[in-house]
Amino acid sequence: MARTVIPFGPQHPVLPEPIHLSLVVEDEKVVEALPTLGYVHRGLELLACKRDYNQMIQIVERVCGICSMIHSLCYCQGIEEMMGLEVPRRARMLRTVWSELHRMHSHLLWLGLFADSFGFEALFMQLWKIRERIMDLNEATTGNRVIVSVNVVGGVRADLDEGQIRWIKDTLVEVEADLKKLQSTIMNDSTVCRRTKGIGVLTKQAAYELGAAGPMLRGSGVAQDMRQLKYAGFDEIAFEPISEPDGDCWARSTVRWRETLQSIDLVRQALDRLDGTDLTVKVKGKPEGEVITRVEQPRGECLYYIKGNGDKFLERVRIRTPTFANIPPLAAILPGLDFADVPVVVLSIDPCISCTER
Amino acid sequence: MSIETTPVTPAQIVAEVTKLKADGYRLVTMSSVEIDAENMEILYHFDKDLKLVNLRMSLKKGGSVPSISGVLFTAFLVENEICDQFGVSFEGLVLDYQGRLLNDCTQTPQSSPFCRLLVKSSGTVAKEVL
Repeated sequence: MARTVIPFGPQHPVLPEPIHLSLVVEDEKVVEALPTLGYVHRGLELLACKRDYNQMIQIVERVCGICSMIHSLCYCQGIEEMMGLEVPRRARMLRTVWSELHRMHSHLLWLGLFADSFGFEALFMQLWKIRERIMDLNEATTGNRVIVSVNVVGGVRADLDEGQIRWIKDTLVEVEADLKKLQSTIMNDSTVCRRTKGIGVLTKQAAYELGAAGPMLRGSGVAQDMRQLKYAGFDEIAFEPISEPDGDCWARSTVRWRETLQSIDLVRQALDRLDGTDLTVKVKGKPEGEVITRVEQPRGECLYYIKGNGDKFLERVRIRTPTFANIPPLAAILPGLDFADVPVVVLSIDPCISCTER
Repeated sequence: MSIETTPVTPAQIVAEVTKLKADGYRLVTMSSVEIDAENMEILYHFDKDLKLVNLRMSLKKGGSVPSISGVLFTAFLVENEICDQFGVSFEGLVLDYQGRLLNDCTQTPQSSPFCRLLVKSSGTVAKEVL
């Protein structure tokens, strides 16, 4: 049978960001897939040589808007480890609150886009309507909806007063109730199930060996989550990673759905542990040496390798983002799919090209 | 402070990675680090049960090292990126973009089927690139 090469992206209705896939198809079946990156590569890692280690916080926050807070958290933790700083407990808990709010709005953004990818516009609108409540929390507590810029080396720059804590808890009660009304639609609706169950299956072994990260890994039954490393406030918070065994688009979607609900509980736990008044610890000296630090972003494991030489400019900041790790597994599961399922499967990895093109 | 690493040579790297894979480790990523004008390092980061194992390989800039993508397919992307950014040649890459992973139309105009026209700042179409 004759083979045809069909370009998928860099501009595509289901892709808000540019990635290109050359899909080789036979009839309606994909037989090969070749990804191409670099349409919006920004070279942010190189800026470590031109901006001092404090200014780099603003740079890493712009690696990705949707998980900006967790990028700066990872970076700050690395610098703090290099400089031997112990962050106050209140600051660690506040970091946990904002990082889980970020996870919630990222997952709700994705769930909406995913519904949109298979034509479920009403679900898309409902999910984004709920997401707005989380964005309101970010805006009211930090001054920004997306890039909240709360992290500094040694702690955080913003605090929550009693009124804000009460308001966040009240809002989360309403958000949780609204989300649970949509639960049966997300998990059981025939439209959702027909477009996601048994599609784009990544086995447990393949997910592990191909280096999949986050819900892509946990959706294949590997219960691994960097929050188990007990960074920020997770050393005191009860947390168990969520996984699903099936490895298909439905499983990845369900992991993100369950994690959204789980994040509500994690925010509550962190808010209940806000005591003390210190938000930062005094910083002395300059970062020197090497450090590797990892956190769990909404899309999965994020690794920072940081090298300093005692100067205010760092020698190297290397950022491995979760979408970068999820592209090889995506390239591996596309062959064998119907062409019509490709947009759904591509979106099921929650591609963040902004992160990938750091 | 420094991280724990195991030094490896280019000749040893494939065997070391094969052993780690057999022991149940997964590749997290590789980090390339400039040491001075002539030398650089590549660090290989592996994970098993949330514990990291790091291999450190020193080499000359623009040098050549064996690819580990034949052992771990996931390495092909990061090896291509290091090739683009540091000029390291990886021998035996299973998917070799030949230094053009980060699509740059000034470098490879033929690879961009959607950019056929060059548009001047005034907004007028100047010429066909392809």
